Amino acid sequence: MSGATAVRMAEIVKRFGAVVANAGANVEVASGEIHALVGENGAGKSTLMRVLAGMYPPDAGTVSVATGNGPLRDVTGWTTRQAIDAGVAMVHQHFMLVPTLTVAENLILGRELRRGLSLDLRAAEREVRELSERTGLRVDPSRFVSDLSVGEAQRVEILKTLYRGANVLILDEPTAVLSPPEVGELWKVLRRLRDDGGTVILITHKLDEVIEISETITVMRAGRTVGRMKTTDSTPRTIAKMMVGREVSLAMDGVAIGRETGDGSRETEHPRDATSPVSRLPSPALQVENLTVASPRRPNEVDRVSFTVTRGEILGIAGVEGNGQTELIEAITGLRTAASGTVSIADSSGTLRDVTTRDVRARADGGLSHIPEDRHRRGLVLEYSVADNLILGQQHRFTGGAAVLDQARIASNAASRITTFDIRPPDESLPSRALSGGNQQKVVIAREMGRDFTVLIAAQPTRGVDVGAIEFIHDQLRKARADGKAILLVSADLVEILALADRVAVMYGGRIVVTLPGGEATREILGPYMTGAQGTAA
Amino acid sequence: MPPPADRPALDRAARVRAHIEESILPPLVALVIAAVVGDILIIIFGQSPGDVYRQLLEGTWGNAYGFGQVIYKATTLTFTGLAVALGIRAGLFNIGAESQLASGGFAAALVGLAMPHGTPGGLAVVACVLAAAAGGGVVGAIPGALKARFGASEVIVTIMLNFVVLALLNYIVAAHIHVSETLHTPEINAGALPRLAAVFAVFSGSAANTTFLLALAAAGGVWWFLFRTRPGYELRAVGLQPDAAEYGGVRVGTVWAKTMMLSGMLAGLGGLNYVLGYKHYYEEGFAAGSGFLGIAVALVGRNHPVGVVVAALLFATLSQGGLAVNALVPKQMVDVLTAVVIIAVATAVPEVRRALVAARRSAGIGTPGTGNGEPGTVTPRGASVPGSPFPGARLRRADSSTPDSRR
Repeated sequence: MSGATAVRMAEIVKRFGAVVANAGANVEVASGEIHALVGENGAGKSTLMRVLAGMYPPDAGTVSVATGNGPLRDVTGWTTRQAIDAGVAMVHQHFMLVPTLTVAENLILGRELRRGLSLDLRAAEREVRELSERTGLRVDPSRFVSDLSVGEAQRVEILKTLYRGANVLILDEPTAVLSPPEVGELWKVLRRLRDDGGTVILITHKLDEVIEISETITVMRAGRTVGRMKTTDSTPRTIAKMMVGREVSLAMDGVAIGRETGDGSRETEHPRDATSPVSRLPSPALQVENLTVASPRRPNEVDRVSFTVTRGEILGIAGVEGNGQTELIEAITGLRTAASGTVSIADSSGTLRDVTTRDVRARADGGLSHIPEDRHRRGLVLEYSVADNLILGQQHRFTGGAAVLDQARIASNAASRITTFDIRPPDESLPSRALSGGNQQKVVIAREMGRDFTVLIAAQPTRGVDVGAIEFIHDQLRKARADGKAILLVSADLVEILALADRVAVMYGGRIVVTLPGGEATREILGPYMTGAQGTAA
Repeated sequence: MPPPADRPALDRAARVRAHIEESILPPLVALVIAAVVGDILIIIFGQSPGDVYRQLLEGTWGNAYGFGQVIYKATTLTFTGLAVALGIRAGLFNIGAESQLASGGFAAALVGLAMPHGTPGGLAVVACVLAAAAGGGVVGAIPGALKARFGASEVIVTIMLNFVVLALLNYIVAAHIHVSETLHTPEINAGALPRLAAVFAVFSGSAANTTFLLALAAAGGVWWFLFRTRPGYELRAVGLQPDAAEYGGVRVGTVWAKTMMLSGMLAGLGGLNYVLGYKHYYEEGFAAGSGFLGIAVALVGRNHPVGVVVAALLFATLSQGGLAVNALVPKQMVDVLTAVVIIAVATAVPEVRRALVAARRSAGIGTPGTGNGEPGTVTPRGASVPGSPFPGARLRRADSSTPDSRR
């Protein structure tokens, strides 16, 4: 299957100021091979691949690429333009498409086909359609990019690289935005590219993907490549251990990942921690009834959604991003006004109180905590110190006389939160910007879970944090459940939902299309609901 | 809870020192650049730079009268600079300080005229101060309310209000209450403030008056408000990250409306300097660009109250110095120099700060950790945080540049 070496990167060093992103990284990939580059956030994967794609020159080390069927050629320090001409292209996490242009127009951007003075769009569309059929990347070339789903936009990005003749394709976390069936489609396309002799490098930190799709693996840790192996010789556990440098408990432990596990039995059951002593009191803490939320684009971003979360329960909301989850969360927390319907939260005596007309602060004071999906935009004021961020949303409780902030209490609050939630470095005067992603998220979690609350909205609580922090955050959520808190967990990560949720609801097109007990939910069952293939005929 | 031993207090001291360096060094570099440009201009005019600068300094800080004039001019600039700086801290660009200043002065004059002769001094002064704040506050509140309610850009509205308000004031004065043959109102009956010369003989002859002390108090008050109170905490959060402020239970629109009003009040207080402290009447055009120069004062002062006072003194020195060197070079040369200072600050400050940060990183001190671990997202050149004087303008873009905010 795999042939001669297509890419060789040797002893790559890349620094940004005093930050060393790559400290001696080695990668070798054969043509006709799907290679997984795995590592935690911040391990230097993306940087290394950007060096390969010509976006940064390395500070040391060599990059060699075989173009066509030729021998390896030293291309260290080449430019993106040279890389693309040589057939090395990268598909980024953030798409670089012009939304107001059609698919075909986006593809020919920069190398327009002309007929006289005007663009020959018809010929372009024909070419794109041919390529689309040949590769299995189905998308209508005449549609506007703004009308495409995220999965389709990603296909366009891949098409764009292939249209420019790429034979070494680098994909940076491509499945982060896809539903399970879309992931399946992507795998098919990548396998076809591989079988045609192409080389695929997949940057990921999802171990189930690594096992499923790749032939060889390179593991990175702290800027170095710490291991290279055949996929058939490895298990998620051995890879995770290599990534982190110690044993970790994986959220996916025991979750069906569609693969034989080490002991030969096919795992399909979920770990249900039967230990929820306080829980199972059927007392509702969060009740959403017939909630409809409008946006300038659509009158029903959230469409007549109803559910209840009881004390000691985690309700997981699964779904591909952009199906109304953000709007739902914002309507529950008071950041957005609902068009109709009600939101009720239990007060300290357990009575449900309608808070639909109350503002953010009133709801927070009423016992609602919120870990927002985007800590950089909402969850933290990045320029503020850790101490100041630890009172955000609570600032009115940290005043002495009148409206004067009580600096002593802010400092002691920070000191105790930093210790309890193990925020590193333990310095409350640092600007939050200077913390790692995992520690930034710990600041948010310390603030929202360190105070009195009855209901917690946890949106993408582990996005962009490292494996160690994921473990910590999941423990915190389990502990809160055991304490009788009601938790609404909204996550695009099915593994997370399946590992934590007592009940799983799927959102599609603004509606909850199915709700299942956690024990009955599997990736295979939820998948069709997430794409609207099932549950929408009503 | 004792601080863990592995983070020595020394580290914090180093960070504070770094912060001070970053605040002071860049404007100094900008001043040096401006001085070099000034040298070139002076040489073109056939004069010796040394002579001109000596005369400039002697005519300002070198004698009591000149120094008093510097203080007088810096007083108005401190108020307008604070007004603009406060707005920027909340992500608002108040370009209306000019008309807010005029309106504040006008209101103070009206109240001073309305009070009978012999009104107790303290009472009269308090009434005029309140009137000035109200006069500027009303003009500031309009764009604030329009922005909060309808999303109208405060930049456009404040610019346009400058025309409207100045024309309106001129009309009222010219048509109804001017002293004939002049463009000013009669002198106020009560509320005049003593000149500084009455207390410190050194200021004799200059226009410097006790409003300067009020300006210093205002700077102190703005600092305390911004950094020590809950509304100040919320205001800065709105300016840095409106979405995060909203998440934190802050009503962003309300903060905008209140901040614009407060900003207008600060600018309005600047009118006291002329009306209560100097001429004792309102005169058409007394603001004379001090409102607009307030933007530069805030920029050079990095929107910090202490910086604003220093920058106000700097621009006041240049303005007064222009008169002092008039015999050697045209007065306009100093205007050019003022503009060069502003341009140099706008250009050099981000660059110097970036260099400082880089130097410190390679020396291995300063802030540890790296945003979210991806170096590329930590120090993007364009989004360089320390550089931008306008936090609001930068952070409206933040949502497309942070990795986690895919929409």
